[in-house]
Amino acid sequence: MYIIVGGGGQVGYYLAQGLIEQGHEVALLDKDPRRTEQLKKELGASIIRGDACEAQVLEEIGCARAEIVIAVTGDDEDNLVICQVAKTRFHVPQTIARVNNPRNEALFRELGIDLIVSPTQSILHSIELQIPHHTLVPLVSLTRAGLSLVELTVPSRSPAAGRTIRELELPSSANIVLIERGAEPLTPSGDTELQEEDHLFALVTADGERSLRERILTEAGAS
Amino acid sequence: MRILIMGCGRVGATLASMMANEGHDVTIMDISSAAFVRLGRDFPGANVIGDGTDEIVLRRAGIAEMDCFIAVTNGDNRNILAAQIAKNTFHVPRVICRIYDPKRQETYAELGLDSICPTVVSAQLIRNAILDPDKGTISAAQSLAEGRSVPLKGQQEAATPAQGTTNRQ
Repeated sequence: MYIIVGGGGQVGYYLAQGLIEQGHEVALLDKDPRRTEQLKKELGASIIRGDACEAQVLEEIGCARAEIVIAVTGDDEDNLVICQVAKTRFHVPQTIARVNNPRNEALFRELGIDLIVSPTQSILHSIELQIPHHTLVPLVSLTRAGLSLVELTVPSRSPAAGRTIRELELPSSANIVLIERGAEPLTPSGDTELQEEDHLFALVTADGERSLRERILTEAGAS
Repeated sequence: MRILIMGCGRVGATLASMMANEGHDVTIMDISSAAFVRLGRDFPGANVIGDGTDEIVLRRAGIAEMDCFIAVTNGDNRNILAAQIAKNTFHVPRVICRIYDPKRQETYAELGLDSICPTVVSAQLIRNAILDPDKGTISAAQSLAEGRSVPLKGQQEAATPAQGTTNRQ
């Protein structure tokens, strides 16, 4: 598979290296002549000096036959333009952008970038995972379906503890798909009774996530 | 008209003063406070320090209430990102940005983003000045631009089309 990577920083370098090891044909573009010289010593002919935002540069390296274009520079605006140019002018089927400002994620998605990777968001999620108290942790976003897989722990004093899933009357937009009780995984049904400290995994929409918070994470007696 | 301009360089500052003096409600933003020196002391508009590619900064600058957003920083891609935030996230009715790279401008024209490419515009103006000096291709913008370099005769000529624009709004 022919893959173009824009941005020869640390991420671009390790990414290109990994893709080459996997047997892909890779072109890694970077604007900086010194950086490209340095990268060439390690990755050879795959390194090209040039601005991946420029249509002419992309044309010269045969962007039209690339199956994936990945933009991983440190600047969101450059990553956006690389992907939009690849998509609009060269009809590249799959574009992937790194997003540094998490607030750009929704916009990039709306503008047609196929996959958005947000290191900032990932780190934030990892931190939330370390502090699982009363929080709902997003694990995976299934962007096309508009669903997220989230994890939450039933707190002590949760209104949901001791009740069955059916009694919670969750909307269809919030589906508990797995319960981890101690070390045991349980497949939930309507009759499953939730207990304090149960780890729940649920598929939710934005609305479903709200219902899940309300019915499980709010403390009993709190208004 | 409520106008938000991102980038207080030469073009941004000139544009801000021009439009504010025509009676528009102008806010100009830049990441550097030093840039606002270009506006002069009597600039009647507002200025905001901050990065116009950040949604939160744009909101603080009042983008949600603007009739028009103009992105004229030195970076094509910054202008493109900010313009698309203004258009897609805040639904500003009129959005325009500057793109120096003609090919990039073509791509974004295809995507429905309004832009000005100074590279093409200046090349065309210079060509006309040399090869077709008498042809009626001189726009209001060009006569205004010429008025600045030849203040005595040019500025009077420039005054007419510029005022015409104001009256129409």
